[in-house]
Amino acid sequence: MRKIFSILGFGLVIYMIALNIFSDRIHEPSWRISIREKLKKDKAPAADHSRFSQLQQPFTSPQQVTEACLSCHNQTHLEVMHSNHWNWEREEYIEGRGIVYIGKKNILNNFCIGVRGNEESCAKCHIGYGSTNDNLNIEEARNIDCLVCHDNTDTYTKANEQGGNPQNTLDLNLIAQHIGRPGRANCGVCHFYGGGGNNVKHGDLEMAMFEPSKETDIHMGTDGLNLVCVDCHLTEKHTISGKMYSLSSMNRNRVTCEQCHSETPHVDEILNEHTLKVSCQACHIPEYAKVNSTKTHWDWSTAGRLKDGKPFHEEDSLGNHAYMSIKGSFKWGRNLEPEYVWFNGTASHYLSGDVIADTSQPVILNTLNGSYQDQESKIIPVKIHRAVQPFDPVNQILIQPKLYAEAVGDSAFWKDFDWQTASRAGMHDMQLPYSGEISFIKTEMYWPVNHMVSAAGNTVACADCHQRDNSRMAGLNDFYMPGRDYSEPIELGGKLLLISTLLGVIGHGSLRIIMTMNRKKRGEK
Amino acid sequence: MKAKIYVYRSFERFWHWTQAILIIFLGLSGFEIHGSLNFFGFENAVNYHNFAAYLLLVLIVFAIFWHFTTGEWKQYIPTKELILAQLNYYLFGIFRNAPHPTKKDVLSKLNPLQKLVYFALKIMIIPLTVASGLFYIFYRYPHSSEIAALNIESLRTIALLHTVGAFMLVTFLIAHLYLMTTGETPTSNLKAMLTGYEELGHDHQQPENKN
Repeated sequence: MRKIFSILGFGLVIYMIALNIFSDRIHEPSWRISIREKLKKDKAPAADHSRFSQLQQPFTSPQQVTEACLSCHNQTHLEVMHSNHWNWEREEYIEGRGIVYIGKKNILNNFCIGVRGNEESCAKCHIGYGSTNDNLNIEEARNIDCLVCHDNTDTYTKANEQGGNPQNTLDLNLIAQHIGRPGRANCGVCHFYGGGGNNVKHGDLEMAMFEPSKETDIHMGTDGLNLVCVDCHLTEKHTISGKMYSLSSMNRNRVTCEQCHSETPHVDEILNEHTLKVSCQACHIPEYAKVNSTKTHWDWSTAGRLKDGKPFHEEDSLGNHAYMSIKGSFKWGRNLEPEYVWFNGTASHYLSGDVIADTSQPVILNTLNGSYQDQESKIIPVKIHRAVQPFDPVNQILIQPKLYAEAVGDSAFWKDFDWQTASRAGMHDMQLPYSGEISFIKTEMYWPVNHMVSAAGNTVACADCHQRDNSRMAGLNDFYMPGRDYSEPIELGGKLLLISTLLGVIGHGSLRIIMTMNRKKRGEK
Repeated sequence: MKAKIYVYRSFERFWHWTQAILIIFLGLSGFEIHGSLNFFGFENAVNYHNFAAYLLLVLIVFAIFWHFTTGEWKQYIPTKELILAQLNYYLFGIFRNAPHPTKKDVLSKLNPLQKLVYFALKIMIIPLTVASGLFYIFYRYPHSSEIAALNIESLRTIALLHTVGAFMLVTFLIAHLYLMTTGETPTSNLKAMLTGYEELGHDHQQPENKN
């Protein structure tokens, strides 16, 4: 009887433990309920703009459209002119540097290097009109380009090299009468083509994201949730949340997965524990550049070769530019596995004119700060864009060449293919010294990968990181990770212990068998 | 004269075999998590390992209770007595078919070397492995927005201690499986642990053993 009770008791305890471990929580998590509420909200515009008489007068210039907008939205220009989409500049605090104003005017990248002196061309992606190579025209409210963000006809297009002005063939009345909430096309027309072509810069933002499938992006997939950029990049008073750490430094105004999904969205507690050190993106974006290639390497040192005195370009097997006389040699990649770094939300930057102390290492243009020990840091996936770019070996500063000009003979590299004159003119525009010597130096830029999120069933698997060889975390060695790490001495000691025990046992056993057989031979008992 | 004596009671046998299965299973899944084996898949290995760990904890609680209520814990108190004789037997006597230097009976199931090894197992190796395992399950990383009860900066120490414990347990397992065959006959110990009964009569001269 007592035996039966103890067996029953033991069984009950095991049953309860099993129940606790294996049962799925059946209630719907609150984050999912709140997302559902959020997505149900009606986002139709409050007024039908086609019926406003202000928008029916014939427009002869884009500035007239802006004036018409501001005649009703008479405070909105103040919001826009406060934004970094307008100013191309932010006030940031950088550790070790203090408060600095950083933006496209003083930050260099390792793609087309810099904006300064090339504004007339670069302003195609500025939300304003009338910029010239001498300045970004951000003084007058009538230069605000409302339409590039709010056009809902998908016909508004900015002209090449016209200082941000639109093409002059557009029906501005039609466009002005059909404005609304920005869609994926409004944002994508600039953000998908940064660096001079589709998917050159980001890797996770490209033209496939205009109408992505949910395999490409689980949130934006037109066959799924069909979210647009501003569903997550919540916007208040024309200040759009989220920013790229190529141009910003502080841990603020970020868009996070947690704002919808909560910090601990998993049923599995071990996975929830991971969220303290591992960003959502690290597991849920197993690969990026899922549709079209992204640029991974840019070598400026080969730029300027001419065929019969004329610039040319070559393509790789996937149809991407492998060489361009105006830009140099490129490498591209598709379906790329991200690299991983610690990141606490703050970055520091190479600002133009910074002296490079150590020229033996690649110069990191935007250092993402973070470490295992830092409680704010998480592991994030990044695209690292590597380049070889012009550098003044005497002054030890990166060179920003003048690239664009309308005509030959105006010192622009893209017209004259002369590093000397382009560097001299570019550095003059930057008001920086130039020694007259040009060399090339390796640089790296870190691009956090945040889009092209995969479905929950298609994440990075445990063993992709928790393995000894080929771990995705192979580059992060400031912590112990089960499955990947071990102690050499303990491993060696343990193996020796096991082997010697095994040998001892085998030796002892064999000897016993031999001795027993010998005894039997001798007829002993 | 040999007599069949009931040496291992039912709970003791249940405990022994359940523990054996659990430890072997924990070893397999654990060394997979460690990166030495590839068998269940990492994710399954972690889940199975955690589940088996809880079962082992329950078993240990029951076993401790049993040991104290029955007084069986006294079996494991190490003794210096006859320890050299036992060592001498394993190193030399066993090959000459010499008699066991110690007498096994219900009140003294373990020879002096067994007492020593099992004692070390019970107070060092298993506690080391279980305690590091509990830390492994329940640690929380320090986090700015939360106050957790069991904050650790790094898994490293915990993981390495757990690994040391695991290597020692496997070593014990190998030796244990072999020494099982050194009873009166190669299978008599195994039979005893399965059925509970062992022929323990003594028809030859034995050094006297107290108890």
